[in-house]
Amino acid sequence: MSSPRARLLWLIGIALVLLYALVPVVWMISLSLKPGDQLSDGNFLPQSVSLENYESIFSTTAFIKPLINSLGIAGIATAVAIGLASMAAYALSRLEFPGKTLILSGALAVAMFPPISIVGSLFDIWRAAHLYDTWPGLIIPYMTFTLPLAIYTLSAFFREIPWELEQAAQVDGATPFQAFRKVIVPLAAPGVFTAAILVFIFAWNDFIFANTLTSTDNARTVPAALAFFTGESQFEQPIGAISAAAVVVTVPIIVMVLIFQRRIVAGLTAGAVKG
Amino acid sequence: MEAARIGAPPAGARPAGLTERSRGERRLAWALCAPAVITMVLVTGYPIGYALYLSLQRLDLRFPTERRFVGLSNYLDVLTSSTWWEDVWNTTVITVLSVGLELVLGMAIALVMHRAIFGRGPVRAAILIPYGVVTVVAAFAWRYAFDPASGFVQGLPFVSDTAAPLTERWGSFAVIILTEVWKTTPFMALLLLAGLALVPDELHEAAKVDGANAFQRFFRITLPLMRPAILVALLFRTLDAFRVFDTVFIQTQGANGTETVSILGYNVLINRVNLGLGSAVSVLIFIFVLLIAFFFVRVLGTSTAQQRGEA
Repeated sequence: MSSPRARLLWLIGIALVLLYALVPVVWMISLSLKPGDQLSDGNFLPQSVSLENYESIFSTTAFIKPLINSLGIAGIATAVAIGLASMAAYALSRLEFPGKTLILSGALAVAMFPPISIVGSLFDIWRAAHLYDTWPGLIIPYMTFTLPLAIYTLSAFFREIPWELEQAAQVDGATPFQAFRKVIVPLAAPGVFTAAILVFIFAWNDFIFANTLTSTDNARTVPAALAFFTGESQFEQPIGAISAAAVVVTVPIIVMVLIFQRRIVAGLTAGAVKG
Repeated sequence: MEAARIGAPPAGARPAGLTERSRGERRLAWALCAPAVITMVLVTGYPIGYALYLSLQRLDLRFPTERRFVGLSNYLDVLTSSTWWEDVWNTTVITVLSVGLELVLGMAIALVMHRAIFGRGPVRAAILIPYGVVTVVAAFAWRYAFDPASGFVQGLPFVSDTAAPLTERWGSFAVIILTEVWKTTPFMALLLLAGLALVPDELHEAAKVDGANAFQRFFRITLPLMRPAILVALLFRTLDAFRVFDTVFIQTQGANGTETVSILGYNVLINRVNLGLGSAVSVLIFIFVLLIAFFFVRVLGTSTAQQRGEA
């Protein structure tokens, strides 16, 4: 298996996978760095590098406001979803009670639920409840649709925690709170953190709710703002501005994904496949 | 969390009968699950019920005074329109082709990673990149790549200098499917890799001794043993692909005969503000999703870890 020929084939395989993953990302970065007169020259890489596209998106609120909305809405939705899911996951992984299977199947059903089926209802209810075009108007659907993902991931992680250590610490003289804070919290933190990253990425990625439940920069997030960029900045080259904005919202997430790749892989596959 | 901890029994303990302790455990468990369960029911169950209610009415926000109960007539309108069935067909084309390609490509990547001699890390890192890219951004990246006004694709060897796939139907399908495949193959590959890890090496060794070649071992041992993992991955991805919205919205807005059912629902509900007719489309999409899930679970026998009642 490790003959020179196998090694060569494997190297080619790695190169192909890297090319596959990187081409669109490098292309977007390259577009964002092209000065206005090069945007349509058809070259993969810019002939000269310019930051004018970045200067243009950060000089108006058309991008800054949605960026703040995205960070705030995804951040709050993540915090709430992780809080609710942690409680449920603790019960599901540690306690015995009837209705467990029902809750897990219900969460599975929500994971498969088509958002388009309720955007009309939410559009109508939100307008009546004054939630249309507000932060809570998006936080509520995001935290709901990320709950299944958070519950599966957290249950899988919580099941691996050696809970006996808590008793051991108490035997050694720790108070219940100390045992919880110094033993259980550090053991649970990596799982909670992983689930939070997955939930954040999910909320950060959403387009359909952001598009249908907002109408202004009051709550519009970046993906929805990108789709409507063209109309708002007719006098600029929207290709350059959209590319720069896309890079700003993509690169930090990619860096985070790469730093925590092992955990993310464990989190993504937890619950879906188990032997 | 503090209250939860105190009420919990020692790990591994099983309540025998309904003792005071196990009753307390039940109450605690229900109290802990209640917020999440109530949220999920309120935000998905209630609106789908409301959509059902709206779908039985004539409710066009441009003519709000003409609101009245019309029974199933909205459903009749949708089901007898050729647009709906064309959109069902378009959605099916995108779903089947993208999920099929993802399965093949995902399996190839999973096998490569499983058999890795070295460099497993870079491959895993690389395939996670598309996962971290917002779908709308991926859709723009591929659109600009193929758009003659900005793209580099026309300049590639073996590609016509005048190629403009996003201006015609099958070209648009190809770009949409490429985007979907690019974005979601990593998820497929990771699920399949987890499934591959469950295939015992001894079986392969035994088959090798019996003279089976690599091809036979893959089709006779690996694939059958991976069946549950493959079906779960296919179920999730099929339902996901059937809801395709972001990519189509950014790349064609449903033009060139690429409109999907989600785009149709969006147009009727949000652009034409016809909540009655649009809700009928929403409910029909919901029913389609239920049918797909039913097909996978009952006909193909897909079972997720959760449904196997793992404790």
